[in-house]
Amino acid sequence: MKPNPVEPDPLIHSEEFLHQLMRRQLKLSLGCGCAFAIVLLALPLLNYFAPDVMAMRVGGFPLTWLILGVLFFPFVWVISYVFINRSLAMEAQEAIRAKQGAVCHGQI
Amino acid sequence: MNIDPWIVGFAAVTVIGTIYMGFRSAGSAKTASDFFVAGRSVSVGWNSAAISGEYLSAASFMGVAGMVMSSGYDALWYPVCYACGYLFLLLFIAGPLRRFGAYTIPDFAEGRFDSPVFRRIAVCFVLFIGFFYTMPQMKGAGVTLAYIFPGLPYWVGVALVGAVITLNVALGGMKGITLVQAVQYWAKMFAISVPAFVLMGIYGSYGSHLKSNETRVEARSAIVGEAIPGANAMPEKFVRAELPAKAPQDEAWISPFGSLTTKPAKAAGLSDEEARPYSLLYTYSLIIALVCGTAGLPHILVRFYTNPDGVAAKRTTMWVMILIGVFYVFPPVFGVLGRNLLPELYEGVGAKGTDKIVLELPKLLNQKYGMLGSILSGITCAGAFAAFMSTFSGLLVSITGALAHDIYGRILRPNSTSEQRMKMFKVFAVICGFTAVLLGLTVEAFEINKLVGWAFAVAATSYFPLLFLATWWPGITMPGAATGMLVGGVFSLISVISTMIADQSPWATGLKTWYAAHPLARTLAEQPAIWGLPLAIVLMVVVSKVTRAKVPGDIRLKMLVLHAPEALGLKQEYIKEQEGMGH
Repeated sequence: MKPNPVEPDPLIHSEEFLHQLMRRQLKLSLGCGCAFAIVLLALPLLNYFAPDVMAMRVGGFPLTWLILGVLFFPFVWVISYVFINRSLAMEAQEAIRAKQGAVCHGQI
Repeated sequence: MNIDPWIVGFAAVTVIGTIYMGFRSAGSAKTASDFFVAGRSVSVGWNSAAISGEYLSAASFMGVAGMVMSSGYDALWYPVCYACGYLFLLLFIAGPLRRFGAYTIPDFAEGRFDSPVFRRIAVCFVLFIGFFYTMPQMKGAGVTLAYIFPGLPYWVGVALVGAVITLNVALGGMKGITLVQAVQYWAKMFAISVPAFVLMGIYGSYGSHLKSNETRVEARSAIVGEAIPGANAMPEKFVRAELPAKAPQDEAWISPFGSLTTKPAKAAGLSDEEARPYSLLYTYSLIIALVCGTAGLPHILVRFYTNPDGVAAKRTTMWVMILIGVFYVFPPVFGVLGRNLLPELYEGVGAKGTDKIVLELPKLLNQKYGMLGSILSGITCAGAFAAFMSTFSGLLVSITGALAHDIYGRILRPNSTSEQRMKMFKVFAVICGFTAVLLGLTVEAFEINKLVGWAFAVAATSYFPLLFLATWWPGITMPGAATGMLVGGVFSLISVISTMIADQSPWATGLKTWYAAHPLARTLAEQPAIWGLPLAIVLMVVVSKVTRAKVPGDIRLKMLVLHAPEALGLKQEYIKEQEGMGH
């Protein structure tokens, strides 16, 4: 068996550290996921309840076609850009704190 | 119709280029790691182009355009959700999965639950979803070759392309195809965008073509006698051809809840107004299937392991989304222009129907500019080749990898050497390629895009809940995960297949009439994700709670490896540890 590369650091291996780590990451993921899901799931509803508004012409396109076929892609890029930057910053921050041993219970 | 030398030329260059690149990089693929995950050393730029190249299949290149042409607005959900599914992958799965460091999804399944039994179940699903997904690729191959060589039977194209790619994969493995796929992404991007711009420049823009299709509102106001302001302000660059009887009418085509999503309700003889709730349900279920299905496709997930670390995995996903997002703006353009310029395709079925609009449309330019049409049509043919070849090779690597690495290397012969496994990889590649060709021969009558949608529905109800809960919920147990995945996946597979049988099979008229009488059941059977995903999640949670004692003992370490930043040095290469333990 190869030597275990994991340092038996009590701080990093504490229940609190893991819990906080996962909660912060999940919160970020869920926040971004909701922003995306609300827009995605609202579009069929708008099509259903406000068909006349969604059929308005914008540069030849019906509004709903323009949103779904063209504008949706940049919207998703923005969400993923925000997510990646925040998530990488958060990881770097966590790594520094853990290494400095500053992860006191409840402080992270 | 004669064989067009330009089209043959471009297609030949793509095929020969693919084979050459595969051969060339085959020489550098030496170790088992090279074969399965390209030595884990692929850079972000190459890897994101390779993932995009693998992802943009025949369904994206030909199927989306064909479906937009045949079904209108509703079909737009496909390209949008294909692209957006990646966001879910990024938000919830990409980083943790890469940190865990396993070769394949079955590796993850076994490592996460310490259960060799679960590996077998996971392997079965890799094979199921993989083969399901190869069928539309094979159909794309058959359609394209039948277009290039008029009169060539569908099966010849399927067999030919299947043989070429199988050879390529057997020689190079994963490393061989990374380079090929990255190049093929750019080939596809070029092949879809350049002809689209030329066509729009000559026949009028995307918007002006849509404008010539009346919406319900405009049709209504026309009856009242109100003129639409500015409707005819610009002189049109095209004359709309007469729509054949089989084509959907303007209002149903351009508006949401058109022919695609109302089909089950219409079969039951419901009116437009009564059919709308079923349409809404269909739309939501489709969205769930496509978005969650992307995050659960085994051949896409395996590519995340080719990133050097989790940070690179995230950056790669970002770039993949940009690369495929830009691409997906273009196929609907062909569908929209095709409706106005080439409506005769509505009459065709199988390899002669709307699925070939991307190939056929540029040829119209021959009427005005001589060779230009043939050249552009040759370019889109080359793109179509790149599309089904790259996706099929990716699938073949993933299916073959599952057989050689998981079934042979772990279950049948745990003590086999690295060389033996590589030899088996080649043998299995040939067997799988042959099977895929046989399966491809059975699906000529189906729309490419629909077939892919079904593969997504099965992935969304089996792999996605598994991956999501296994990465974020420490309490999940092997029996819980297995029950949810099996019940969710198998039930949705059965319901999807039942609708295929009802539509195509002459001896299933009883089922067909039953479905026609029950539009709700038909809608839910055709798009099972809306009940399959919650069902799988609920089962996973409930069974896990009951079998609480079976949570792995070192669960805290496992969760830490999944979520802690890699800078902390917690990364454990699961494979190495297993091999060190004498497996």
